[in-house]
Amino acid sequence: MSGTFVGMPAFPKAAHEAVHNSTLRGNLRHATHTIRAKRANAVAEVSDWAALREAGKQIKDHTLRHLDRYLVQLEESVTAAGGTVHWAADAEEANRIVTRLVKETGESEVVKVKSMATQEIGLNEALEEEGIRAYETDLAELIVQLGKDRPSHILVPAIHRNRGEIRDIFAREMSEWGRPAPDGLTDTPAELAEAARLHLREKFLRAKVGVSGANFMVAETGTMVVVESEGNGRMCLTLPETLISVVGIEKTVPTWQDLEVFLQTLPRSSTAERMNPYTSMWTGTTNSETADGPQTFHLVLLDNGRTDTLADEVGRQALRCIRCSACLNVCPVYERAGGHAYGSVYPGPIGAILSPQLRGTDSEIDSSLPYASSLCGACYEVCPVAIDIPEVLVHLRERVVEGGQVTREGNKVVLKPAKGHVAERAAMRAARWAFARPGVLRTGQRLASRTRRLHPRSLPGPGKAWSDSRALPALPSEPFRDWWQRTRGGSGKDGGK
Amino acid sequence: MRVALFLTCVNDTLYPDTGRAVVKLLTRLGVEVDFPMAQTCCGQAHYNTGYRHEAEPLARHFSDVFGEYEAIVTPSGSCGAMVRELYPRMGERARAEGRGNTLAATLAPVIPKTYELTEFLVDVLGVTDVGAYYPHHVTYHPTCHGLRGLGLADRPRRLLQAVKGLELAELPGADECCGFGGTFALKNSDVSAAMGADKVRNAESTGAEVLCAADNSCLMHIGGTMARLSTGMRPVHIAEILASTEEEPAR
Ligand code: SF4
Repeated sequence: MSGTFVGMPAFPKAAHEAVHNSTLRGNLRHATHTIRAKRANAVAEVSDWAALREAGKQIKDHTLRHLDRYLVQLEESVTAAGGTVHWAADAEEANRIVTRLVKETGESEVVKVKSMATQEIGLNEALEEEGIRAYETDLAELIVQLGKDRPSHILVPAIHRNRGEIRDIFAREMSEWGRPAPDGLTDTPAELAEAARLHLREKFLRAKVGVSGANFMVAETGTMVVVESEGNGRMCLTLPETLISVVGIEKTVPTWQDLEVFLQTLPRSSTAERMNPYTSMWTGTTNSETADGPQTFHLVLLDNGRTDTLADEVGRQALRCIRCSACLNVCPVYERAGGHAYGSVYPGPIGAILSPQLRGTDSEIDSSLPYASSLCGACYEVCPVAIDIPEVLVHLRERVVEGGQVTREGNKVVLKPAKGHVAERAAMRAARWAFARPGVLRTGQRLASRTRRLHPRSLPGPGKAWSDSRALPALPSEPFRDWWQRTRGGSGKDGGK
Repeated sequence: MRVALFLTCVNDTLYPDTGRAVVKLLTRLGVEVDFPMAQTCCGQAHYNTGYRHEAEPLARHFSDVFGEYEAIVTPSGSCGAMVRELYPRMGERARAEGRGNTLAATLAPVIPKTYELTEFLVDVLGVTDVGAYYPHHVTYHPTCHGLRGLGLADRPRRLLQAVKGLELAELPGADECCGFGGTFALKNSDVSAAMGADKVRNAESTGAEVLCAADNSCLMHIGGTMARLSTGMRPVHIAEILASTEEEPAR
């Protein structure tokens, strides 16, 4: 994934700062709670929501099971419609392909539609190195780009910024990139939007090359689908002569009819809209008789860990994700830790299960992500394709502590258990041993009860993490089982006192 | 009806009052309660921390201990969810690992007859008014595994509404997690504590003196936070409220 995230500390360390940053906490709390309530209303309006959710899950599962076949069909359809298909095994290859394609046009700048796949591979940075400037045109992406910041949300990448901060970024940075912000810019939404509109318009009208992702790729016709709210996508997809789309292979759907499901569930889940304002679809190039796209169209199909993820029976459900971000908006951990703590362009619950699969669990951040959840299940409840995120989190925890077989670059490899879990593993084994022997448990309980006056009010070592913010429970004078044995539940000798 | 009380290792060790309350309540409702002395732990903490294979012997032990009973009642939403939701998955995973059907078959008998306490009262015994008396101002926190795992829905609230003298206050943001999450509370203690503090602030805003839930693990975290924030509120398990009567009132 993007080079900007290399060397991220483990999640708890990264979250520590965010938790204690009251501006950030306030921004996130306000934003997530607002969209949370709106989504709930938008979903409640649809009487067959449960059926749509199940249909979305099944369409995706079916497609993933036969992905080999549908990808070949997709390539044939795109080619027949005048487009060119490129296959990229990883980020580096995808970046190389896109850079070469842009260079071949002789251009040194591109306009971009918001795309998770190009962020995942760090395309902007790769283009920059080759002297090509990529302009983000989605409002929130623009804020992130101008602020030399990192995205913290899938849909609203600048969710961590408030209006005042955005005003300052515009006033300070716009002139660096093109048309400066108007004098006396205030932080009213209308003025901020107008400043962005003027700044971007210049880029749209000039650009010869557009770069996008896609929300869906229809295999039967080779049609690309982008859904968005601002119209910047429509501009990027229609004005430039050359369009390069970088799309993860899991975005394939077999037929147009399948879109019927997702075009209902995606907008309601992401922006709480009944329908998103702009749905752009194009098939190949204008040169072909049947098609309606740009003059030149390139599709770069991105793997980057997806085939490996597909090989995992439990983990593969993460590939059903349609990037609606509903799981982020309901997540109590995301709300407090913020998006940056996840060390990836995919933050929140989906990031916690996707990054350790796409990137592996070797780094500090990736091996800590499966634990960045209280397993409360709110994400699973709202997910429009029913990804059981808690199930995958627990599965990945198992991978971290036990190791085991995984697929890496198409090869089966056996992972060793991660370091740093030695004491925990020993404690878990000891607990299992004691719990398998009721007598041992009882001896321990009695010993604790008898020495209870000696117990400290706060704990040293790992227990400090508990007692710093929470008082310890007082130990009872006897465990329940002793009382039960004495009294048989109140019917025994001392009447249950 | 003869049922087994699965108290859970946490309650047995730290919250015997909850166990006594369940026994008192069920006995009052004409249920014969047994506490199989060989019981220990359902394996939830092991499973959820990634030690599924360490949890397997505990699940098998659970099945040995409780397999013979007509019904198994537990005053813990999360341990109830462990048996009902995750035991089937453990069986499936063992099968997927090529270890055959043995684990699934061993665990199968206990899965459908394990009930969380409020579920057992409302669905099996068919009561919502259990004849309780508790003259206090109470707010109810539906714990995540009870709410989303077991789907307890409004059962606990219906039971509380029927308690004489009890004034029930709506908890703002009730369905948000309290931040306990087992080992999450230690591994991500900053976020966990922030979630706990928000939960406690919401509870305080109701003006209630008692925060009630159907799971002592969450109450241990919420109560510990209340004590550190010196709120004057106290955590009470729902069983203790439902067991309380005019003759023998709980505090
Ligand atoms: S995991 Fe589900 S809820 Fe989260 S972004 Fe993906 S589709 Fe949306």
